[in-house]
Amino acid sequence: MSSTVVKSVAVSEVLASVKRPPLYILVPALLVALCMLIPLVYLFLRAGQAQPDQLLELVFRPRNAQLLLNTLSLTGGVLLICTFLALPLAWLVTRTNIAAKRFLTILAVVPLAVPGYVMAYALLGVGGNMGALNQLFGIRVNNISGYWGAVWALSLYTYPYIFLNVRAALLGLDSSLEESAQSLGYSKSMVFLKIILPHLLPALLAGYMVVGLYVLGDFGAVALMRYEAFSYAIFTQYSGAFDRIYAAWLSIMLLALAVSFLVVEALILKRKRLASVGSGVTRPARMFELGKASPIAWLYILVVLGTSIGLPVAMLSYWLLIAPPDVSIFWQVPWTFLRSASAAAPAAILAAALALPVCYLSVRYPSRLTSMIERSTYIGYALPPLTLALAMVFFSLQTAYFFYQTLGLLIVTWTLATLALAMGPIRSAIMQTRANTEEAAYALGYSPAATFYHVMFPRLRRGILAALALVFLFCMKELPITFLLAPTGYSTLAVTVFSRTSEGMMAEAAPFAAAIVIFSSLSVGMVLNREKIKGSR
Amino acid sequence: MNSRQTVVDGIQIEDPNLDHRPEQIQVDHLCKRYRANDAFAVEDLSFTLHKGEILALLGPSGCGKTTTLRMIAGFERVDSGRIFLHGRDVTHLSPQQRKIGIVFQDYALFPHMTIEQNVMFAMREVPKSQRPKKAEYWLDLMGLADLKVRYPHELSGGQQQRVALARTLAAEPDLVLLDEPFSNLDASLRESTRNEMRALFKRAETTVILVTHDQAEALTFADTVGVMQKGRLAQIGTPQHVYQNPANAFVARFLGHTNLLVGNADGGRVKTPLGEVLIADGIATGEVKLSLRPEDLHLSPAPSCDAAARIIAREFRGHDYFYTLEQDGYQYCVITPSHHCYDVGSWVNINVLRSGSVLPEAG
Repeated sequence: MSSTVVKSVAVSEVLASVKRPPLYILVPALLVALCMLIPLVYLFLRAGQAQPDQLLELVFRPRNAQLLLNTLSLTGGVLLICTFLALPLAWLVTRTNIAAKRFLTILAVVPLAVPGYVMAYALLGVGGNMGALNQLFGIRVNNISGYWGAVWALSLYTYPYIFLNVRAALLGLDSSLEESAQSLGYSKSMVFLKIILPHLLPALLAGYMVVGLYVLGDFGAVALMRYEAFSYAIFTQYSGAFDRIYAAWLSIMLLALAVSFLVVEALILKRKRLASVGSGVTRPARMFELGKASPIAWLYILVVLGTSIGLPVAMLSYWLLIAPPDVSIFWQVPWTFLRSASAAAPAAILAAALALPVCYLSVRYPSRLTSMIERSTYIGYALPPLTLALAMVFFSLQTAYFFYQTLGLLIVTWTLATLALAMGPIRSAIMQTRANTEEAAYALGYSPAATFYHVMFPRLRRGILAALALVFLFCMKELPITFLLAPTGYSTLAVTVFSRTSEGMMAEAAPFAAAIVIFSSLSVGMVLNREKIKGSR
Repeated sequence: MNSRQTVVDGIQIEDPNLDHRPEQIQVDHLCKRYRANDAFAVEDLSFTLHKGEILALLGPSGCGKTTTLRMIAGFERVDSGRIFLHGRDVTHLSPQQRKIGIVFQDYALFPHMTIEQNVMFAMREVPKSQRPKKAEYWLDLMGLADLKVRYPHELSGGQQQRVALARTLAAEPDLVLLDEPFSNLDASLRESTRNEMRALFKRAETTVILVTHDQAEALTFADTVGVMQKGRLAQIGTPQHVYQNPANAFVARFLGHTNLLVGNADGGRVKTPLGEVLIADGIATGEVKLSLRPEDLHLSPAPSCDAAARIIAREFRGHDYFYTLEQDGYQYCVITPSHHCYDVGSWVNINVLRSGSVLPEAG
């Protein structure tokens, strides 16, 4: 006990001599961190309500092992397919003389506009009796669903994340490393194995991380494909069986899985320093001449882009043009869109407003406390969305009942989930404004508020706008949190697509799915903008 | 009076006529540590500056000079000690309340404002209608009148620097702080800008504290030079005094090349390996350390049997030669006019042209 007291005295001494952040920034930031803890606290509170004997039975139920196996094999399958889709494509557009690199790069990112549940919707419409293939050409194929359905729906949507990461790594790789290995007598394939692959590993892992977390958290595609992964089981427990304690325990297991992903990635990347050590500008690598292999490359590209872009576009066109729903369905689209937007807009504003003090604190007053506050925002990002939503249900039922089944709860939960997203552009905007300019204004006699208004805000405007847009677009296509938390009858675009598809009303879902795809293309445009995709020449 | 006295008593003894001017800023026993267990960033630092005086705080990076400047400006908290401006205690005032202008190393111009807006931003107390006129005056003074509608990124480094100065002066501060203001300028621009700015400050009787690691800059720009070493003020005095009578070996070396000789003193003379040297100020006894600048030495040709020193390196620097010599296993440096040309390897004698100064630290 005494040692901890001594320690805390030492810490407060340190903080006292470091530049101390003003309270009007520190207090809001601390409140944000506190809010971030709410879902975690309530999830464990609820899970802790299990009786001891019940607890053992819950945790060691054989079904859990099956769910774990299913979830892991789903993740593994998605990562494998993604690698085969993304890695050769990234190599082709960075290291070969293939034509139209810039255009191909943009096309490879476009599938991000088709969320997993829309991709599942497209795949579900292909086969079966009522499927497009049978109706149009009389070709009878089995309905695509279950494990492979889920794997493909998720892979086709998420492979651009891995593509972007690997592409950036390939572009940044110093060609002199390869050249010196070649001059040491290593063959081209050895160079790839010994030099290029190890350098791609961090990028590949970062991509795997994003995709893996997404797969864990995905609910729409898995549920539509009726594949028993954790998230689907949590949902059925919650909605069907109403066993909320078991749902809480399943959520905790899913959370543990997500955390173990993060830990494994950290362990693999630990102590690896792969940035080029020497000084100087990296030189672009010499381009590989495809020559006779060119048709094979194009065939491959055709298959990848054909399934990831062509398939959803074709299926949506089929349901919209060839087998269209009743006209009245189209009239529902603008209203549904407005419902989605009127919840997404406040969430975006709230997320940007909360991100501002947290970012400012962590950039201008770096310390252990402020970095902890900053990291707390990643709780919302890393928590599987279904887990987060469930925890917020527990919170509202137990502590804030007036909040239950209100739009406010949905907005707040979206904010928690997207705060890390909003922090990206705001953080980099603050980092680009030097502290000096603020000090210059202070020295001229301006108060902190006046300095923020005259000096900081004009510089942050673009970052804040980008944060608003990112969060808004995320919420527009978000499914699991909306599905659990939206007030009864408040059907957004995403929820409409999901519920109609799960009832087999493919044509009736089509206009809404099309609206989501068109709207998401905007967010893809933003991703492209942020990645600053240039032609490789 | 010996050198130690000058250090302790500071500038009052050095130049008594300064006392007639009002005290502009007084810094008393300033101390600062960034973390509880770290070494002092600034330790027991005191000096007084009178109106119109220019002080240069000189030292290597990490010596605490910028921290001192930021404490005076109010951006860093003071652990102990006091800062008085016009006799008013400002130690715990916010930067806004101090009326101290600061020009940052990277200028910190507001990138979203034009040059004119940047300067007008400084005139908080001037009625809005008069601001453009006043801004024109300051920009005119800096030779920037044609550029007032431009944005900072459209200007060269030298122009940005002058805008930063115009903005600082437009606030009419009681004291101007300059943080390495010339370090981002080309060598060719640096000298002319320095001279222009010094003339400007002298004309306006502005009190200035400049922080720099460039000894030439400190010596030419300032009326008083304070050399800082590991957070402490090692010596403060006129440029001439600090250069000729350094308080310790660190100061001697930091202000330029020097030969440090150990010798045996007996009253006004010291026996050194280069022969007997007169002591510049006062007397000393016992073993002392002596600083002799390379231009205080002279080379005379001699046949090898008769000569004591051999030239081991020669550097032609345009207006002079910089020689490195060896004598009895020790190395010396000598600067001679460019018509005194000796080949590397030739034998010479080293003669001492003038008296040396005893470093007070060596006992």
